[in-house]
Amino acid sequence: MRHDHLITSKQLSRADIETVLDRAAEIDADPAAVADRHANTLLGLLFFEPSTRTKMSFETAMKRLGGDVVDMGSIESSSVKKGETLADTVRVIEGYADALVLRHPREGAAKMASEYVDVPLLNAGDGAGHHPTQTLLDLYTIRENAGLDDLTIGIMGDLKYGRTVHSLAHALTNFDTRQHFVSPESLQLPREVVYDLHQVDESATIREHDSLEEILPSLDVLYVTRIQRERFPDEREYQKVAGEYQIDADTLEAASDDLTIMHPLPRVDEIAPAIDDTDYAAYFDQAHNGVPVRMALLDLFLSEGGETDE
Amino acid sequence: MSDDRDGDEHELRVSKIRNGTVIDHVRGGQALNVLAILGIDGSQGEEVSVGMNVPSDRLARKDIVKVEGRELSQDEVDVLSLIAPDATINIVRDYEVVEKHRVERPEIVEGVLSCPNTGCITTGDEPVSSRFEVLDDGVRCTYCGTIVREEIASLIDT
Ligand SMILES: [Zn+2]
Repeated sequence: MRHDHLITSKQLSRADIETVLDRAAEIDADPAAVADRHANTLLGLLFFEPSTRTKMSFETAMKRLGGDVVDMGSIESSSVKKGETLADTVRVIEGYADALVLRHPREGAAKMASEYVDVPLLNAGDGAGHHPTQTLLDLYTIRENAGLDDLTIGIMGDLKYGRTVHSLAHALTNFDTRQHFVSPESLQLPREVVYDLHQVDESATIREHDSLEEILPSLDVLYVTRIQRERFPDEREYQKVAGEYQIDADTLEAASDDLTIMHPLPRVDEIAPAIDDTDYAAYFDQAHNGVPVRMALLDLFLSEGGETDE
Repeated sequence: MSDDRDGDEHELRVSKIRNGTVIDHVRGGQALNVLAILGIDGSQGEEVSVGMNVPSDRLARKDIVKVEGRELSQDEVDVLSLIAPDATINIVRDYEVVEKHRVERPEIVEGVLSCPNTGCITTGDEPVSSRFEVLDDGVRCTYCGTIVREEIASLIDT
């Protein structure tokens, strides 16, 4: 893998993705082997909007590689509050750390910030833009549970605003997958995303549906996302629509026994708690997979030249 | 390229220039956007003549822009292609056309258009200039990925 920064999953080839996932699998199998691998390494955490989970996951990953983190802290207490630009902030923090992780509310923030620094910068979410480490942990989870080739996946919920979904869909075009998108009409994939998917892969198998019913039996993976209350004008409309995209034991009668259900979490009531203890549920594993995947990424980017030294 | 017979008679409406650039075959109604793209608003004292909606063989109606005392650079010409894909550029010295070229679509346009996405990092207070990748049928912000296909002229950073 040869990249200076990780800005979007779109920059990753199939080979890049496989390099990351293979490394994550090695680390997952034997975490002790890398426990001191990046001793004395400092990771700078710049979170311009709260995302405790992602931040903790990166922090855990760095510490499990033997390193430590320096944290900008909350925006309220930082110089950003005093009007400092992101371009200035990253250039200052770059001097403290060996790599940076950035979460920012504006789209394109990571791309811009990366143009100002020499240390590797990993995008941990830029507004409605990209969140490549989430995509990689999703891919890892899919590979562990169902494999990435000859895959039939259903992606359901808020497909319009869900950046997780856009990145994942894009990354999956690197593999032999059939993608079914299930959502209410008002929350369909943006046309730009559909256009992009066809741009990268003319033969991409992409179908859109307003109901899960007709495709559920064919799915290997069902990826559920949250439909947010604020997307709807009133509570009643929300309840009505959201209710149609919830998963419970009844829904799953029609599913294959091997179905894997994923969710980026946190969930509200998209997936009934009764599903948690079934073999379908992979969403907690998915969340845990964030650590080995981020360890793999940090290891690859912190090793010389951003290349694997295997 | 045929000479501009269609223009001869009508171009008289717009005075000849001695040294500078004539941008011809601009799509009707786009002349002011051409000036905006070139950052010409008259405040620098440039002598500018504009002919709008002049009958033309090649385009039903065309605009012509003449700028005295300024020769457009290739970059400027390239950017024009976004709103005036049929334009021809004549560089004039001492009343003679010494160079004539068509516009070509550039791969990247920097600092000319502003991103319509209010959440885009380039629309904040950062010291970064906008950058758009030119697609077959529009432009795309390098930073946030927003694609614009219509009304590109409305994005011109003035
Ligand atoms: Zn933008």
